[in-house]
Amino acid sequence: MFGFLKKKDGATPPGAKPGWAERLKDGLSRTRAQLGGQLASLFRRTRIDSDLLEELEATLLQADVGVEATGFLLDELKVAVRRDKLETPAQLQVALVKALEDLLAPLEQPLDVSAHKPFIIMIAGVNGAGKTTSIGKLARHFQAQGKSVLLAAGDTFRAAAREQLQAWGEKNGVVVIAQESGDPAAVVFDAIHAAKARGIDVVLADTAGRLPTQLHLMEEIAKVKRVIRKAEPSGPHEVILVLDANIGQNTLGQVKAFDKAIGVTGLIVTKLDGTAKGGVIAAIARQQPIPLRFIGVGEGIDDLQPFSAHEFVAALFEGT
Amino acid sequence: MLDNLTQRLAKVVKTLRGQARLTEDNITEMLREVRMALLEADVALPVIKELIARVKEKAVGQEVIASLTPGQALVGVVHRELTELMGGGNVGLNLATQPPAVILMSGLQGAGKTTTTAKLGKWLRERQKKKVLVVSCDVYRPAAIEQLKTVALQAGIDFFPSSAEQLPKDIAAAALDYARKHYYDVLFVDTAGRLSIDSAMMAEIKELHVVLNPIESLFVVDAMQGQDAVNTAKAFNEALPLTGIVLTKLDGDARGGAALSVRHVTGKPLKFAGIGEKLSGLEEFHPERMASRILGMGDILGLVEDAQRGVDQDKAQAFAQKVKSGKGFDLNDFKEQIGQMRKMGGLSSMLEKLPAQFAQAAQQAGGAVEDKSIRRIEGIINSMTPQERAKPEILKASRKRRIASGAGVQVQEVNRLLNQFEQTQKMMKQFSKGGMQKLMRGMKGMMPGMR
Repeated sequence: MFGFLKKKDGATPPGAKPGWAERLKDGLSRTRAQLGGQLASLFRRTRIDSDLLEELEATLLQADVGVEATGFLLDELKVAVRRDKLETPAQLQVALVKALEDLLAPLEQPLDVSAHKPFIIMIAGVNGAGKTTSIGKLARHFQAQGKSVLLAAGDTFRAAAREQLQAWGEKNGVVVIAQESGDPAAVVFDAIHAAKARGIDVVLADTAGRLPTQLHLMEEIAKVKRVIRKAEPSGPHEVILVLDANIGQNTLGQVKAFDKAIGVTGLIVTKLDGTAKGGVIAAIARQQPIPLRFIGVGEGIDDLQPFSAHEFVAALFEGT
Repeated sequence: MLDNLTQRLAKVVKTLRGQARLTEDNITEMLREVRMALLEADVALPVIKELIARVKEKAVGQEVIASLTPGQALVGVVHRELTELMGGGNVGLNLATQPPAVILMSGLQGAGKTTTTAKLGKWLRERQKKKVLVVSCDVYRPAAIEQLKTVALQAGIDFFPSSAEQLPKDIAAAALDYARKHYYDVLFVDTAGRLSIDSAMMAEIKELHVVLNPIESLFVVDAMQGQDAVNTAKAFNEALPLTGIVLTKLDGDARGGAALSVRHVTGKPLKFAGIGEKLSGLEEFHPERMASRILGMGDILGLVEDAQRGVDQDKAQAFAQKVKSGKGFDLNDFKEQIGQMRKMGGLSSMLEKLPAQFAQAAQQAGGAVEDKSIRRIEGIINSMTPQERAKPEILKASRKRRIASGAGVQVQEVNRLLNQFEQTQKMMKQFSKGGMQKLMRGMKGMMPGMR
């Protein structure tokens, strides 16, 4: 039990961890077992026929790829079959890997935080997507790059959200700017000024979770962004939307709504380890292509990884 | 995307309406659309397959032939099947045991367990006058215990303190002991979020179940959950003898297909639905409404509830008083009314809740422009002084010019607003003299653009 706690606190030295490709593979083991496993048995068949394509469709749909993106991938494959005269399912697999990689490649744009100082990152998302947890992981990620980090506890609504961030900040030696309740925009404003005064490299601004249907809350978050701009005219330099991989097709609605309200520039997909579904990423790539900055593949504090289309697809198909 | 779905189903009904009878062909096509709709609503594929098979069986039978339009009948069959699948066995919480009745909460991270715990506690305290104790066994996430403490305080229920240094089962045992000694009726045990594949954590909750021997073991599911809901629910159901399901975040715009998947896989009743972050946002689960929602058939009841939620009761009463007396309805009240409409999510989100055919019609009537013009009206009123708002009759040319430039509009717009306001005022007077019917007739003038 306590061993588990330690692990969560990130007490393990960063040097001792396995390579990140390794951990990505571990984290995605379930996606692979679900998606890859089914695909593998599909591709072991002897020939390409409509049965196989239908099964493939079902597999993709069950991975939350969504109706639209699934249709797109299947069409791509059908074209490839005709054009390249594919005959064996193994060749089809290669074509699918390629189609997926091509689809996801545009999302692969790593985040560079050295362009501004302080580099202001605003975090948004629905309730329970994992915003606050992701902020902890992000802070860790930037610290490992030798950057100084400051957190703004902008979630002034949910009970104990501030304490959650503060508790985390204390353990990891990160300054957390918080106020007794109050306005989220004010907290963020303070934090930016504090960061400037202290010469901090990266400011991470947490916000309360909100569903896109709560219009007044969407207006509130738009205000947070406006206020950031007042404190630092060039900011926010990155607006990140945190998405829960467990969530189905509503993900697209979330991306659309938040993009409309605050102009999302990057995404983080969390909880990819627990779910069979990397598929929603394909749906995003297809319908709302916004750079996917990081993916969360585990509970550990180092389990937030920059997204790589190639590595991701490879991890899905590895060992199949 | 949501619109597409609603419209597509409406279109299918339309194309089928033109045909005299159902053939194998058009029923297949229709069912394919239904399948797509269900997929987009995040209903799990295996569940869909079974459902479609059942629908097909029924649709081919007499039920369809007896009806007026075959397309609508088919949607009706699907709707009935969905309702039936999700309904049944909803008996509320079972507390019939020697107190304390222990209720164990479980679910994935971020599903809404802690909030739901407080909501249920408040529900039991207020509606059934139970003495409720809550305890958190989440020793992992920072400040999780603190969170429960805060919401318990808000809900007016008692909180049993625990700390992150303790073992979950020790906390549970201590809380149970305390609840017994202090004659609590109900003990809620909130747990840490866990993944169904995390065997250590699943073992932990099994152990908790043994220690507590709860009469209710509730599984909390996010209404937005995708295809994996099936696997998660299956794993939890296998690990724990679940007794019921609570669906959360239904105030979002997800269609909530996960409800169907989870119900289907576990066979356990959907007991409650969580709506919003406020602790009063809990209601009994309505299978019929959920079926409509999954099918994208609109949620008129939901709309009514939205309206009730959005309206501030005190203000509404004061307003009603004003209307009754027929006097003193000024621009401040006018703005208030507009503000309340916006609180309900604006016209466009209200439109979304209407059934497809109506929504389409309303859209064609220019529904999308509405929110903008309402914002403009608010802007104009905001540019007036308090005195002007209270006595619009003092508004003459120069004041109007000032207001127009303040709100960034033409003077004509200000005049138009004043006209609308006058109409409304007249309407109010009519109302005070006699009859709701007159008011309803006058209502059209009140909402700009709906004329």
